[in-house]
Amino acid sequence: MDALNIAKEYDSTQYIVIKIGEEQYGIDIKYVDNILRMQNITRVPHTQPYFKGVINLRGEVVPVMSLRIKMGLEEDVITKNSRIIILKLENNAPVGIVVDEVKEVVSLDERSIDEVSRNSAKSETTFIFGVGKVEEGLISLLDLSTVINEKEIV
Amino acid sequence: MDVSQYLEIFLDETGEHLQNLSDQLMILESEPENEDTINEIFRAAHSLKGMAGTMGYKRMQNLTHDMENVFSEIRNGKMKVTSHLIDILFKTLDALEEYKDNIQNTQDEGTNDNEPIIKALQAILNGTEAPAADEKPAEAKAETEAKADASNEGAKWAQVKLQEAEQHVMADAIVKGLHVYAFDVKVQESCVLKAARAFLVFKAVEELGGEIVVSSPSVQDIEDEKFDFDFSIFVICEASFDDVKKAIVAVSEIEAAEGAEIDIENPLLESAEEEEEEEKAPAKEETQVAAPEAKQEVAPQAADNKQAPAKKAASKAPVVNRTVRVDIEKLDVLMNLVSELIIAKNSLVSFGSNDVSSSGSEFNEQIEYLESVTTNLHESVMKVRMVPIESVLQKFPRMIRDLSKKLDKPMELTMTGEETELDRTVVDEIGDPLMHLLRNSADHGLEKADVRRERGKNPVGQVFLNAYQEGNNVIIDVGDDGNGIDTAIVKAKAVEKGQITQEQADAMSEKEAVDLLFGAGFSTAKVVSDVSGRGVGLDVVKSKIEALGGDVTVKTKLGEGSTFSVRLPLTLAIIQALMVVIGEEKYAIALGSIDTIESVTEDDIKYVENKEVINLRGIVIPIVRLDSILNVEKTKESDGNLIVVIVKKGEQLAGLVVDELMGQQEIVIKSLGKYINCSSRIISGATILGDGEVALILDTNVLM
Repeated sequence: MDALNIAKEYDSTQYIVIKIGEEQYGIDIKYVDNILRMQNITRVPHTQPYFKGVINLRGEVVPVMSLRIKMGLEEDVITKNSRIIILKLENNAPVGIVVDEVKEVVSLDERSIDEVSRNSAKSETTFIFGVGKVEEGLISLLDLSTVINEKEIV
Repeated sequence: MDVSQYLEIFLDETGEHLQNLSDQLMILESEPENEDTINEIFRAAHSLKGMAGTMGYKRMQNLTHDMENVFSEIRNGKMKVTSHLIDILFKTLDALEEYKDNIQNTQDEGTNDNEPIIKALQAILNGTEAPAADEKPAEAKAETEAKADASNEGAKWAQVKLQEAEQHVMADAIVKGLHVYAFDVKVQESCVLKAARAFLVFKAVEELGGEIVVSSPSVQDIEDEKFDFDFSIFVICEASFDDVKKAIVAVSEIEAAEGAEIDIENPLLESAEEEEEEEKAPAKEETQVAAPEAKQEVAPQAADNKQAPAKKAASKAPVVNRTVRVDIEKLDVLMNLVSELIIAKNSLVSFGSNDVSSSGSEFNEQIEYLESVTTNLHESVMKVRMVPIESVLQKFPRMIRDLSKKLDKPMELTMTGEETELDRTVVDEIGDPLMHLLRNSADHGLEKADVRRERGKNPVGQVFLNAYQEGNNVIIDVGDDGNGIDTAIVKAKAVEKGQITQEQADAMSEKEAVDLLFGAGFSTAKVVSDVSGRGVGLDVVKSKIEALGGDVTVKTKLGEGSTFSVRLPLTLAIIQALMVVIGEEKYAIALGSIDTIESVTEDDIKYVENKEVINLRGIVIPIVRLDSILNVEKTKESDGNLIVVIVKKGEQLAGLVVDELMGQQEIVIKSLGKYINCSSRIISGATILGDGEVALILDTNVLM
């Protein structure tokens, strides 16, 4: 009951919680178009290293990127838990990201989100706009426009 | 009634009329006495004016009106066609085109009144002996105003400037025995919803059978509450003045309504020309009827929301979609094919429900039938997408005419193959590159008239554009009989710019030197003219055409002229492709670029300058190992035999080594999207195979 009341008083947003390595990340649910099981990804030569290739999503060719490589982590290990999350930012074409695991959906209201200050942020944290606090721990909230649009970390 | 639904038709027809006008003007310039042409022009200008008026584009209407007057004088033989006149008329067309573009992009005609052009047109009219036709309404206007002023000093409606079309409608009404009233309506200052009250006033008038012809401020502004506490309206109505006035005052929160009956002496009793106008008049009235209706729809809304954001709707006006006009026959064919498809499906369905074991051959028969239907369907749909390139070429004669004047070089443009059809997407994109090439020919290619005479050439320079179909491609040749490309100058220029060294220049073949022209930022014109020569020409042309899947080649002979050949694929969306396997990956190569497929042994490979080549029937062809270029993991060791796909680009050949051939297939081209950035540009797109897998399409042009 308590939780319901809080939701009424504060703007709360739903996030899909994903795991990359040991860290949990949150993706605003309104940008999620689809969650797919791992499938055959067609490699595209001579492209940015973090692009794994393209897949066929209901007759459309959709590029898929590796969040791990983009974040400077080691190559993905595909397991049965691996998923491709298709993101669709406002007017942009869809793009997929590979994640290790999709865990759950959580609701976070403003009070339980700490904004990451941009100035002190190092290259790794620029993909994150805030940290959400839940009972089980912390969720890094992904700033999707930088995840998708930013060129490459040098 | 909302006119926006007619916007597409309006834009389409406006485009056609403008093009027609431009064509006819070109004819008129060479044959000033051609009556058919003059009549045709007059008709087109007249329809244009009517259409602009109906749609409520006042500025456009004014401009066309003045243009029409000029044509009317010409038609009546009161004015001679001069080059100066044609120039101004072309400027008018450009201005109209601008309105059209504005309307297309924003649904609004913009705010440019094009005063200078209107003045120029009027100067032409005044220059003639006969008084210009449009002065009469102007006088009449003054008269009306004067009369109104005399009887109604201080009345605001008297200051309202009436458009000619509006006067016309009023005059018509009076002729028909109706009354025209003008009112100043004052809203109580305490009124919160002024716009809503205004609508109620409009409504009240309409309920009496009245028609609001003019309002000041405009209906739009009233909707947006852009008025203080009073506004003026002109009403055409059968009811008496007092009845109308009562009806208006009866609306709550309306403080007062003052006005008078107007008696416009028919200001437009004129020549035969105006009689034709009568036909158009009902159309205009329709618009005016339309306006109040539109208001009614908004009125309740305005009453509901305290601050109706009417302005918003106007600002995010939908941009008009592009359309293709389709021959009804093509649609019939499509419809037939679709019904056949349904029949084929139904028979398959019945197969499914029947005993399957009955016969396999019958089933195969049905599949074959289905296949032939889908193939035909595909072909027909492609045809629907095809449009003649005429629409692009039409504007060129006019451009060459302008260039001829600007550059002071007499020249002529001949075009053939306007009926050649290309995919709509290609046609839309090809205009600019072709224009560049033509300008190039006119500016750099052709010599000045005196030079031409010295060289024993026809002083009038010839520029040509020939379009024709060749296999799966359309070729467009653009060229001139001018000076040709002087490769020595090109080389010297490239050396001067530091693009190549002197040694490189000396070693260069003619062809390589000509290719320098397509490099970024290259221009050989000694003087930079405002026509071309800023060095942003050919490289842009080339990249644009390559983006369309085509290429450009040049043939030139010093002193005799040069020809640029643009080769374009017939269609972009669906192509025939050869599917190949490299390692474990599948790739598609457009069939159009494949010359032959050869089987060679490792021993056949020779080395020239450390590069692999094969000697195929006397031609030395460079070998491209696709697996290493595409970074494909090798899965099997070569058994000494290689499959080589020989691809061509113009006259260049290259042999691509592949591991396996899958066969020919029709593929639908899909873009990789903007996120993926293929640095080598070797992947031109992707396609989805029958099993749902994605295969990439190789752009073999990049390899050569």
